[in-house]
Amino acid sequence: MSEAGEKLVLEIKDLHVYYGAIHAIKGISIKVPQGKIITLIGANGAGKTTTLSTISGLVKARSGKIFFNGVDITNKPAHAINRMGIAMVPEGRRIFPGLTVYENLMMGAYNRKDKEGIKEDLEWIFSLFPRLKERLSQMGGTLSGGEQQMLAISRALMSRPRLLMMDEPSLGLAPILVEEVFEVIQKINKEGTTILLVEQNAYGALRISDYGYVLETGNIVLEGPSSELLENEMVKKAYLGMS
Amino acid sequence: MGYSPGTFFLQNLFNATMLGGLYALIAVGYTMVYGILRLINFAHGDIMMMGVYFAFYAATIIYAPPLLAAIIAIAGAAGLGFLIDRVAYKPLRNAPRISALITAIGMSFFLESFAVVVFGAIPKSFLDVFKDKTILNKVLLVGGARIPLLTFLVILITAGIFVVLFWIVYKTKIGMAMRAISMDIPTTSLMGINVDMVIGFTFALGSALAAASGVMWAMRFPNVYPYMGFMPGMKAFIAAVVGGIGSIPGAIIGGLLLGFIEIFAVAYFPNFSGYRDAFAFIILIIILLIKPSGILGKKAIEKV
Ligand SMILES: Nc1ncnc2c1ncn2[C@@H]1O[C@H](COP(=O)(O)OP(=O)(O)O)[C@@H](O)[C@H]1O
Ligand SMILES: [Mg+2]
Repeated sequence: MSEAGEKLVLEIKDLHVYYGAIHAIKGISIKVPQGKIITLIGANGAGKTTTLSTISGLVKARSGKIFFNGVDITNKPAHAINRMGIAMVPEGRRIFPGLTVYENLMMGAYNRKDKEGIKEDLEWIFSLFPRLKERLSQMGGTLSGGEQQMLAISRALMSRPRLLMMDEPSLGLAPILVEEVFEVIQKINKEGTTILLVEQNAYGALRISDYGYVLETGNIVLEGPSSELLENEMVKKAYLGMS
Repeated sequence: MGYSPGTFFLQNLFNATMLGGLYALIAVGYTMVYGILRLINFAHGDIMMMGVYFAFYAATIIYAPPLLAAIIAIAGAAGLGFLIDRVAYKPLRNAPRISALITAIGMSFFLESFAVVVFGAIPKSFLDVFKDKTILNKVLLVGGARIPLLTFLVILITAGIFVVLFWIVYKTKIGMAMRAISMDIPTTSLMGINVDMVIGFTFALGSALAAASGVMWAMRFPNVYPYMGFMPGMKAFIAAVVGGIGSIPGAIIGGLLLGFIEIFAVAYFPNFSGYRDAFAFIILIIILLIKPSGILGKKAIEKV
């Protein structure tokens, strides 16, 4: 995956993160090449959300470096990191419940001035999620779980990110919606957005991604092309429920 | 009284609307800051006081005409509010809430003491701001009642300010960011929004409204002294709680309610006039017993 000459959108080098005395991330290194879908899988509490939160600036790194398009963004404030081109679909969707669906989308486009581009992106989003268009004036908090996930993805896309990070987008959704979400992730990627996908649904994530990392209690214990990980005995046993 | 009951009522109606509006202007500042930080900014009434002094000195030292003095007061208070957040509250954003609360009380003492030392404890007359006092003394006849022009102006200006406030909060980008922050601060920052700037803006906006209220207050009650912000600030805080703290319409309703009860109770039960300041507390106690979250308040939502 990391052949020479490949352009890296994101590179994490030997990252350590603590919550007080808890050593949550213990020196991980991750590479996200341009145009790919990279996935980070692992059980509950492995440190997936912490990793994404540190990249996005919500949690501070103790040591190690994070580069975005070659620029060191380690421990920059969250709003500055978003403005550089990293958008996040947070765990649990985090829709603004008292803002309308339209306002939620505009929150994603907060720093954009190109009215025409915003309009185009709205149309694109409505083509991905036709249901959102019917709900524009509804409060975000009144949407169903699936609709909220679609809104969270759309909101992130409204900033036209160069890197889209998603934290368990399939969590808590009905199987048919899970399928839909994974399909949309592939569509978004085909349109040119690089994606870092965090999932507990290892099978779904590995099927649509190019390369995967397996995280266990703050360490990366395995990595490789997703097609190989799908065949890996340890992955099969621990994450795919096969024995 | 020499008035028919109708004109007497009308007279009090105007006074109540004016007083209630002035409370409401201050109450909005409490409620906006509480809405986003869950902090009761005890220094808010003192920011109003500082605004009045800004106007007073603008008029008496640099001879600013009244309107310019008011603008200087509003801008100065906005800057002061922003600064107070920066130096006193921002460093405590991740500290336990009680720390910020104690800091707010300390900031209140600080501003009052600052005013005593720098401006002096002896009351000044706000009427000195006006070289031409005719505007203060003009009276209009409405349905037989004699209503000072000033009362009309204050009510109109207050209503105008609220229209602008609602426009900012519900129709502009920064207003949307303010509302988003009141729901979820980390996610707002993930949207590329500098949360500290928006919080600073909220302090500035609330302080500007308090100063506008203070200037109009001082035109009606011209005694300017370092503790003049205490009682209006206290009542406006009660108004915000009564209306449902965190809710802007609630703060306005609470302010008007307090103004009405205070004026009408004294008007129709003159024997109670000595208890004028107690009505606010009585209403507070009643509301806390019946609906602790306030008239428009949501169920006690603890921020997680
Ligand atoms: N805010 C926090 N304070 C203290 N510990 C935390 C906090 N958030 C996460 N942790 C701990 O860090 C570890 C990693 O958590 P997390 O990144 O949420 O894992 P995952 O997203 O893979 O489920 C867990 O042991 C968790 O208990
Ligand atoms: Mg997680």
